[in-house]
Amino acid sequence: MSTHHALVKLQHVGLRYGAREVLKNINLEVHRDCITTLIGPNGAGKTSVVRIVLGLNKASTGNVWREAGLRIGYMPQKLQIDQTFPLTVQRFLQTTQCKDKQQMQQALDEVGAGHLLSQSIHNLSGGETQRILLARALLRDPNLLVLDEPVQGVDINGQIELYDLISRIRQQRKCGVLMISHDLHLVMSATDHVICMNQHVCCSGHPAHVTQDPSFTELFGVKGAEALAVYSHHHNHRHSAHGDVIPERNNCNHG
Amino acid sequence: MADFLLRALLGGLGVAAIAGPLGAFVVWRRMAYFGDTLAHSALLGVSLGFLLDINMNLAVVACCVILAISLVTLQRQRLVATDTLLGIMAHSALSLGLVAISLLEDVRVDLLAYLFGDLLAISSTDLYWVFGGGVLVLALLWYLWEPLLAITINEELAQVEGVPVTQVRLALMLLIAVVIAIAMKIVGILLISSLLIIPAAAARRLAASPEQMAVGAAVLGCISVGAGLALSWHLDTPAGPSVVVAALICFLLLYSLPLSRNR
Repeated sequence: MSTHHALVKLQHVGLRYGAREVLKNINLEVHRDCITTLIGPNGAGKTSVVRIVLGLNKASTGNVWREAGLRIGYMPQKLQIDQTFPLTVQRFLQTTQCKDKQQMQQALDEVGAGHLLSQSIHNLSGGETQRILLARALLRDPNLLVLDEPVQGVDINGQIELYDLISRIRQQRKCGVLMISHDLHLVMSATDHVICMNQHVCCSGHPAHVTQDPSFTELFGVKGAEALAVYSHHHNHRHSAHGDVIPERNNCNHG
Repeated sequence: MADFLLRALLGGLGVAAIAGPLGAFVVWRRMAYFGDTLAHSALLGVSLGFLLDINMNLAVVACCVILAISLVTLQRQRLVATDTLLGIMAHSALSLGLVAISLLEDVRVDLLAYLFGDLLAISSTDLYWVFGGGVLVLALLWYLWEPLLAITINEELAQVEGVPVTQVRLALMLLIAVVIAIAMKIVGILLISSLLIIPAAAARRLAASPEQMAVGAAVLGCISVGAGLALSWHLDTPAGPSVVVAALICFLLLYSLPLSRNR
């Protein structure tokens, strides 16, 4: 974390649906120019935390503070658009109220999907869909990006590429990033701050620190924790969305 | 052209023009069965209109809106699966309507006209309703077009981006209720949703954008009304079902054309 400029703070947040307690006493902060990742098993309430940050759900208890003038760019887990809905990428991006074609092209270029502007949304691959969603989030010129499992439905190389992309966007825009992830192997190296949760926050901190924490081992089991010990990937090139090999830059910096 | 035929044509074209764009949303949002359920409740509205001696169209709109809101509320409770809930409400509403109408002693109701429509018996007052209501529906649809597309793409994304999702969804239901009330006289309660769905589904084949699909659905609906009325005139078939058959033929023709799948 380079600065301690908080964008969102959750203080003692709890959430219950009827008798079921989903979240209890969650404290977390999301900072500018910092990637914060939520990890935890299924049903741990990761999505509930994100929904509270987004304002989609109200916390039952506790406080939610958002910086004045916060602009959130949100990337949902999945995009399910009925086949009967004729929609090009351009028209999809237009529903953000952005009418400027050049701006849309720029956002697409930024995520390496510049060639997709006039494509039908139904012909995109998993990785392309994620990039389009990311471009849509960027069109709002966000100071906070909220990404719900941004690499879902993407193959392993694509996942690495997407996490690299998210790191680059954060570096260039100095925005805060809050994301949910399942696949800890890859995300650990692309994040600054990990929050490991199971209805409450079990442990949090720098990835290297969290993986040593006893409660992390408890949550994911010894096998899981060992497998998740910080994995740094080494590759000498990247792929763009259309498969071209792009040479790796030297200063690629993962948190 | 005979007066009644001209009125039938105008009324039919008016209804098709509004049912097309709205039908596109019914198709995109997979609300076909939902529309059907609302339509079935229209008969209850008719009987209430007689019972309380209020305007029939208003009674039908009110009834559809109440049913729509209770549907959404019950859906949230998750007592039964949504399709079961829709099935229960559709047929219960229809049966309640039939029972209520049979209990009205001093009113003789032409039930068939309500169930299957009586396009050729359209009055000038009906025409005012079609065009007045139609202009209102299209104006609202125009105004809400982008928010409606946004919530159709992804409701949560739309909400984060500042679209008032609940209100827009409610407005869409209200629009569907109004169209049902207007279209009831034309194609009847049992066939209304076909006029929403078939032209829109057929237009999908030709459309590369949501706007093209909405306009295409309106145009195909109008063609179906014209062809259906001609069929009815020459072969003496019931007008409402003839319009639906014409729409079906449009649909089948378009889907048998060898068009590119890249849409």
